[in-house]
Amino acid sequence: MAGALARIIQGTKNNLGIIGPLATINNGSVRFQQTESTKTKFGPLADSDRIFTNLYGRHDWRLKGALRRGDWYMTKEIMLKGVDWIVNELKTSGLRGRGGAGFPTGMKWSFMNKPSDGRPKYLVVNADEGEPGTCKDREIMRHDPHKLVEGCLIAGKAMGAQAAYIYIRGEFYNEASNLQVAIAEAYQAGLIGKNACGSGYDFDVFVHRGAGAYICGEETALIESIEGKQGKPRLKPPFPADVGLFGCPTTVNNVETIAVAPSICRRGGKWFASFGRPRNSGTKLFNISGHVNTPCTVEEEMSIPLKELIERHAGGVTGGWDNLLAIIPGGSSTPLIPKDVCETVLMDFDGLVAAQTSLGTAAIIVMDKSTDIVKAIARLIMFYKHESCGQCTPCREGVSWMNKMIYRFVDGNASPKEIDMLWEISKQIEGHTICALGDGAAWPVQGLIRHFRPELERRMQAYAQQHGPSRAERLY
Amino acid sequence: MLRQPLSRALALSPSRVAPLGIRKFADQVQAQPDKIEVFIDDKPVYVPPGTTILQAAAQVGVEIPRFCYHERLAVAGNCRMCLVEVEKSPKPAAACAMPVMKGMRVKTDSDLTRKAREGVMEFLLVNHPLDCPICDQGGECDLQDQSMAFGSDKSRFTDIHFSGKRAVEDKDVGPLIKTIMTRCIHCTRCIRFASEVAGVDDFGTTGRGTEMQVGTYVEKMFLSELSGNIIDLCPVGALTSKPYSFAARPWETRRIDSVDVLDPLGSNIVVATRTNEVLRILPRTNEEINEEWLSDKSRFACDGLKRQRLVTPMLADSRGNLTPVEWEDAVVAAARALRDCPPDKLVAVAGELADAESLIALKDLFNRLGSENVCTEQYFPLEGAGTDLRSSYLLNTKIANVEDADFVLLIGTNVRFEAPLLNARIRKAFVHKETDIALIGPQVDLTYDYMHVGDSASVVKDLASGTSSHEVMKRLENAKRPVVILGADQLKTPEGAALLAYTQELALRLQDKLVDKEWKVLNVLQRTASQVAALDLGYRAGAGAQLAAARVVYLLGADAGLVTREALPKDCVVIYQGHHGDAGAAIADVVLPGAAYTEKRATYVNAEGRAQQTWPAVTPPGKAREDWKIIRALSEVVGSRLPYDNIDEVRTRLSEVSPALVAYGEVQDNNYFAQARMLSQSLQKPVSGKLDVQLKKLEDYFMTDSISRASPTMAKCVQAVLKQKQSPY
Amino acid sequence: MLSSLRSGVQGLWRASSRALQTTANLQHDSLFVHRDTPEDNPSIPFEFTPENKKRAEALLAIYPEGHKRGAMIPLLDLAQRQNGGWLPISAMHKVAELLNLPRMRVYEVATFYTMFIRRPIGKYHVQVCTTTPCWLRGSDAVLNAIKEATGCEVGGNSPCGKFSVSEVECLGACVNAPMVQVNDDYYEDLSVEDTKEIIEKLKRDEKPKPGPRSGRYAAEPLGGLTSLNEEPTGPGYGLQEGLKA
Repeated sequence: MAGALARIIQGTKNNLGIIGPLATINNGSVRFQQTESTKTKFGPLADSDRIFTNLYGRHDWRLKGALRRGDWYMTKEIMLKGVDWIVNELKTSGLRGRGGAGFPTGMKWSFMNKPSDGRPKYLVVNADEGEPGTCKDREIMRHDPHKLVEGCLIAGKAMGAQAAYIYIRGEFYNEASNLQVAIAEAYQAGLIGKNACGSGYDFDVFVHRGAGAYICGEETALIESIEGKQGKPRLKPPFPADVGLFGCPTTVNNVETIAVAPSICRRGGKWFASFGRPRNSGTKLFNISGHVNTPCTVEEEMSIPLKELIERHAGGVTGGWDNLLAIIPGGSSTPLIPKDVCETVLMDFDGLVAAQTSLGTAAIIVMDKSTDIVKAIARLIMFYKHESCGQCTPCREGVSWMNKMIYRFVDGNASPKEIDMLWEISKQIEGHTICALGDGAAWPVQGLIRHFRPELERRMQAYAQQHGPSRAERLY
Repeated sequence: MLRQPLSRALALSPSRVAPLGIRKFADQVQAQPDKIEVFIDDKPVYVPPGTTILQAAAQVGVEIPRFCYHERLAVAGNCRMCLVEVEKSPKPAAACAMPVMKGMRVKTDSDLTRKAREGVMEFLLVNHPLDCPICDQGGECDLQDQSMAFGSDKSRFTDIHFSGKRAVEDKDVGPLIKTIMTRCIHCTRCIRFASEVAGVDDFGTTGRGTEMQVGTYVEKMFLSELSGNIIDLCPVGALTSKPYSFAARPWETRRIDSVDVLDPLGSNIVVATRTNEVLRILPRTNEEINEEWLSDKSRFACDGLKRQRLVTPMLADSRGNLTPVEWEDAVVAAARALRDCPPDKLVAVAGELADAESLIALKDLFNRLGSENVCTEQYFPLEGAGTDLRSSYLLNTKIANVEDADFVLLIGTNVRFEAPLLNARIRKAFVHKETDIALIGPQVDLTYDYMHVGDSASVVKDLASGTSSHEVMKRLENAKRPVVILGADQLKTPEGAALLAYTQELALRLQDKLVDKEWKVLNVLQRTASQVAALDLGYRAGAGAQLAAARVVYLLGADAGLVTREALPKDCVVIYQGHHGDAGAAIADVVLPGAAYTEKRATYVNAEGRAQQTWPAVTPPGKAREDWKIIRALSEVVGSRLPYDNIDEVRTRLSEVSPALVAYGEVQDNNYFAQARMLSQSLQKPVSGKLDVQLKKLEDYFMTDSISRASPTMAKCVQAVLKQKQSPY
Repeated sequence: MLSSLRSGVQGLWRASSRALQTTANLQHDSLFVHRDTPEDNPSIPFEFTPENKKRAEALLAIYPEGHKRGAMIPLLDLAQRQNGGWLPISAMHKVAELLNLPRMRVYEVATFYTMFIRRPIGKYHVQVCTTTPCWLRGSDAVLNAIKEATGCEVGGNSPCGKFSVSEVECLGACVNAPMVQVNDDYYEDLSVEDTKEIIEKLKRDEKPKPGPRSGRYAAEPLGGLTSLNEEPTGPGYGLQEGLKA
């Protein structure tokens, strides 16, 4: 969900103005403190540079195993280094939010360090992973939960939060119970709670299970949901950093963002920044699903070429690379890219924006030539229709209208003129809604029309040949 | 419940706390912060920070279309109709929610803005049934109007599978509100009204996405005395008036501004009529009194104006049955009775709907006949200062100022049903300003939380003497703007005078200590629309002992049932002047048909002491006449002609008695509190009684006067409420 | 004339009455108003069991004072678990009472989230993900196999009453597609045969082993690791200078 935000935030530096004085204070640090590197080859990552060493659950996920893998090592020292040190490490690392929006994490955390007005502060971890194609946080929570818990502590310290709420989607029952066990272990070992890790800092971590609503992945909807309401996004401003959970300053971060923070602090922001292209640094969990020989989740270097990623880790496209039709590179809300773009595109924020799509959550959905591409996108639109919260008009009415139309496109029972109309409707939704779900629903359609217009027209022709002109032709 | 999770509202508070009528105190308290300059369509405007684009635009006369936004409700921002282009922002902003930024340039008529509106309009119409010809909202529908003004000129929606528009089943929310939920555009105004203003959290959205519905989930009546307002709030025809359904189109009706008399507040109304028939009553905005709300009784009891009416003069025949006669016979009969009666045996009793003009005429007539026995039905203690000082019987704080109070103490009043819109003000203060409320009296549902301090009159005594150890004592003493409201019904008990004295003592003790010397603490909430004018004119409050010896009793709309045949001597002649065949007419020997408040130009003074006038919307039915004219005619036959021939002359006479009675729309500050307090000190006797209120539950609220008792709609409401109370929901 | 018009319209209708796919079957319960039924009406009492009362207290404890409403979703979930997988109206009322909230606020939440099921369902709630990533890998066949094996239509209960089948949106196990969720457990990398086997086991009330069916353990590539072949690094590996002091 948050993936959909990516483009908005990138495109709209001015929007930051809304955050008001905050942004101006921090403007100096918006720039990434990173030297231009001359690196030209990205990936594969060495195992020793991988953060999620138990991604596949082959080792013990509990505290003992986690300690053996280096979690909770020198956490106290890191905390004692102080807020500025931690935020600075994060800024140096160039880490950008892993939930899809790609907002610089160090900057986001520094928003929380305003003079206190007496209200408590909260860290909220967005584990409402529901974007079709995305299943990276699940692996973290079930196989490396201590990374997340430790991350909560460090992030909480960095922003002066008194507690973290981890909002995990309700369907992840077993993942939530693993996480809960990890939290209990951490409490027992004195790693969190009163005087966490012996640092003198009190910090609680709570798990809140959702109950089945994709929209709760939007940060303000998530906050509403924790407050026990319907997950309907709030109007912004005010932003959560001002008025968030329970009316208090709040930062919402993705699981992966939080879980890599301890490793960044331990190994240094510079180490993390040494991966990937400038402004796109670090390592990242990629999910490769769909028509590949061995679908998998893998941690790789940012900016790795899409083709290499698929060939190396996912066993290649079924039927060979030439059998590739299109790829959705960052979860369902990112526009698809056709094969020719896939040949060269680099998997990072800038590379995909240049290809008129977005990194989103780095959930790669591969579709080979056997795919009914229109149906694949139509199915996504139905997903958005089902998950629209119904609060604001363009999304509530527009997405179901798009859904009606695009399912006719699947059969070709439509007028070619309607292709432009569908495009226009998607534009009428995009940017007009309270949250980014409307945008997320509009982009797949736009991607489809952008790259597969001939296919749509072909179907309509074929339908007309077989059944006579579509009734839409007459009614339109 | 609204109080805690106000986080969303909190941040938007500047826009919602003082939306319109900038209150005096709000102004005083916060010195104007520096204003910032913004440009609406290149016109510069200076507004305080935190103002929304929509409000800023309104200041330069640019109206931005909206559906969900309402000045008096929390900002929802969900209809997206108010999207406007903001320079340097890639996407349009929702004007209703976006606070202005320094130097912001807003374009309300650019291509982007127009396209955004057109798009939203198109989406709204996708699932809106185009049944305008059979929709009661037609002609006053925001959706209709705005689609004309901002919509596209053609429809693009093709539905070749005839899958149809979204259909939503209708809800049954009682006999007042008709729901056609398919028309709903999900603006959530009704939900916000119910939870914020009415305090009855029964509306909500169920489901999500296109399937989302506004409704109650379970079958449940909207148990509020303010329910009718959601009809006005609904921008489309989803919520319409059930009694008014299919009655008329707005352009067919004549609208006359008037004043409501069914509760003591004098809410401002518009009477919509056609062919000499009152079709409906709508609220008229008056920030000082009713804002833009109206209580259900005031709104829906108007069908009572067509029923049980006295349309012809009547005389009791030999068997005691009332028989229609000509005016001449009736007036002569009444005049003879009056003339032949010794002055000390004459008694006049004014009822709750009597206007000031007829009150003064009747009083003048009686005075000329040598009688001082003019009284009201509603009692008020005459000991001490009695009714000599206006401050003793008015809402001195004034209705609008109540929302600035920081602590409200209610004594023996169920303000929710005695004055629903005053209660709405208190609730507003409770929700938005953290005002706390305490109640002495029976525990009733006031729609907000309050401290219950007990129901004994002695609690008031302890508070007045400062000996109470209750927490309320401390709260009252620490309050900067406390308000004490005493229900007038408490005064009719034997301990009434003492209770009033204690209340005065308490209120003035608090008032003396206040920093804000203008703030008034003491309030007496009258129960009826006529009482204040009657007391101003020198009527004696309460008819009592005189009745037992009366030879002629003149009832001016006295229908409360206080005057009964049993209380009168056998040979007593009862003259009834009024508009409804109710308790008064039932015991009358002579009936003189008068006009109801929608049929005459008349003065009423509300509980604050604010004089307002009604205007004739329809003519009185049959042979009924305006009330002061009847008395004027009678005076001529009696032989002591009253010296006024038209209403202006009557009003001149009114102003002689009290200029406040003709200072329409205004309300004067009251003084002489200290004198009243002094005069009442001797009355501070021990009290031990329990305080009780007449209107405890919603079913008690609907039928309280001769008009609402004649209203079938009100009767249905009572039935529906009783039925709802049987339901498990 | 009218009748000919009508038949014309009917003709049109027939021609276009292709089974239109709507989301109705995606919802566990598309009715967003409550109707009293013998199984679900407010006069059926609902009370948390003593153990669940303790759990409810623990749930309430994690929300700050004044914001206990936060426990709404967990409490509704608890009530649903106690009540055999579905949420009766009395349970909603109970939660409203516990949280001191107007009932409408609970109804709103219970109808918004798809995991709250407001009609009686079978012992095994089989939820089939059919969103694009699963659909690409054959979720349609899996869904059909389930319908066949259970005799249950989407959105309904099986004749034996043991199963309920729902079509759901992305469950977040896309690299293990296609997958189904049965109550709390994920069954991943399914083939039609695997699916049938799972249903058969459930019919016998045996618990099939959750997780991928293809032989892999989790989300690693099938057939051989392409990463994380080495032993994980231990504590302090690559520690930065700033922390070494």
